[in-house]
Amino acid sequence: MSLLEIQNLVVEFQTASGPFRAVDGVSLKVDEGEVLAIVGESGSGKSVSMLAAMGLLPWTAKVTADKLTFYGRDMQSMSDAERRKIIGKEISMIFQEPVASLNPCFTVGYQIEEVLRVHTDLDRKARRARAIELFQLVGIPNPEERLGHYPHQMSGGQCQRVMIATALACNPKLLIADEPTTALDVTIQKQILDLLMKLQAEHGMGLIMITHDMGVVAETADRVIVQYKGRKIEEADVLSLFENPKSVYTKALLSALPENAVGGRLPTITEKLTDQQIFEGAVR
Amino acid sequence: MLRFILGRLAVLIPTFIGVSIIAFSFIRLLPGDPVMLMSGERVMSPERHAELMNQLGLDRPMYVQYLDYLGGLLTGDFGSSIVTKRPVLDDFLQLFPATLELSLCAIILAVCLGIPAGVLAAVKRGSWIDQTVMGAALVGYSMPIFWWGLLLIIFFSGYLGWTPVSGRISLLYFFPPVTGFMLIDSLLSGQAGAFKSAVTYLILPTIVLATIPLAVIARQTRSAMLEVLGEDYVRTARSKGLAPLRVVGVHALRNAMIPVITTIGLQVGVLLAGAILTETIFSWPGIGKWMVDSVFKRDYAVVQGGLMLIAGVIMLVNLIVDLLYGFINPRIRH
Repeated sequence: MSLLEIQNLVVEFQTASGPFRAVDGVSLKVDEGEVLAIVGESGSGKSVSMLAAMGLLPWTAKVTADKLTFYGRDMQSMSDAERRKIIGKEISMIFQEPVASLNPCFTVGYQIEEVLRVHTDLDRKARRARAIELFQLVGIPNPEERLGHYPHQMSGGQCQRVMIATALACNPKLLIADEPTTALDVTIQKQILDLLMKLQAEHGMGLIMITHDMGVVAETADRVIVQYKGRKIEEADVLSLFENPKSVYTKALLSALPENAVGGRLPTITEKLTDQQIFEGAVR
Repeated sequence: MLRFILGRLAVLIPTFIGVSIIAFSFIRLLPGDPVMLMSGERVMSPERHAELMNQLGLDRPMYVQYLDYLGGLLTGDFGSSIVTKRPVLDDFLQLFPATLELSLCAIILAVCLGIPAGVLAAVKRGSWIDQTVMGAALVGYSMPIFWWGLLLIIFFSGYLGWTPVSGRISLLYFFPPVTGFMLIDSLLSGQAGAFKSAVTYLILPTIVLATIPLAVIARQTRSAMLEVLGEDYVRTARSKGLAPLRVVGVHALRNAMIPVITTIGLQVGVLLAGAILTETIFSWPGIGKWMVDSVFKRDYAVVQGGLMLIAGVIMLVNLIVDLLYGFINPRIRH
């Protein structure tokens, strides 16, 4: 059984100038233990489709889908209270800006133990022990002391480790990582990616990696979905995508990588392709 | 933490000196002097006037008078009323509990209604609840206090007869003041019905005095909440599967409280200024009425001393707000 299955997801936002369609008919499937990368430019609807699946979009968003199931359970028909029992426990998410994603008014220990309080029956002492164990798991030194620190007392990389620890607190089946390394230094990016992949393998979780970085895709993913302006352009396993991209957009995207640049100017996609060409050349 | 408090206390010294200069000089900018006003309609000879001015020490150069006054302040001497000869501090301590009781009730009402109203308006942004709360806040903020007070008196006291018009407690009850707070003293007196009477006398002035702070707190809470609700950490809280009440009431509100606490602190100054009008309308025997009377009598010592003491109270409240701010916002503490 697939972990997460989405068919024909459409997300529209009500704006002053009428409805804006941010996600247009995206379908995807993630299995247990699989790493799926969703790749695309800014504004391609990568994050919005995942936030929609978790029910985290603001009320101005209208979400419809032919199918939206987690472990066979229909996420659309369940009540908010039922959905809240799944998110944070069975599906967790980590975000792009680790420092901004942690509440500045509470210690990181409070924030990690809070998930355990909501989703488990552990008592205070057991929650503390679990938090320490999680900090050790994600490689935060002196966990006992660090639990009492506030986010502003930690570096960006440390904060992302805290976010990962929080996301893993209840041993989720699926982890959604929304550009987890974008806001970090290059050396820290590598450490965090390695950590995520190690934990994914150890826990056998499904992992959806949202990114715009083809390097991250190549290093982590089993399968890749390429999105552009809210639509799925191509879906393929990682090797075929890099070796033999089918859609014109993916080809253009790969040729736009800095390492493929010829001369002093970096190539751009929109110079070569119009939206019509991209959508006509899509391979779904 | 101790360094933080000491730092804050150090800032109070120049503020204190600044207020003393303003309090000292502004009352002297008004035309007329206390001796002229004491003489009333009787004509006073220039010699007698000069003699009295000399007796009161008001003929000395300004800076000598100021230094004398400042020296007194440093030893805790706020001077004595030129009119009643009673020490300013004694009068202040006798009258201040009435103002404090009224102000405390007003700020409690404003906070208890304003914060939930602002949170509700932010969470239900754009709905009829939001429109109603913000509309009411705008009306409350724009309404002149004296007019609002009179309207309430006419309706609740005159038309419905539910509340008394003025004073602090019914004349049926008498007991010596212990704390100066009528609500506490009436309970201590053990007289049946005294507490209820004190409450009914307090209702209208409290509503009138609370109106502007309530409107300001509601608006500030709404805008702070709107800002905070869009923050990444609120999304994180929701992604943990927390109940909406917990997301809003714990994660968002704690952060939104940082600017709101500052606003509440600033409202204390507004309350003491508002108390002057409210106390006059409801004949509430507090420091507001005392100060107004003293200005009319050019009672320099009372106006100076009263202003210093009121400024002291405001400075103290601001210090408490700063400390609270550090307590709520760990980025300041650490």
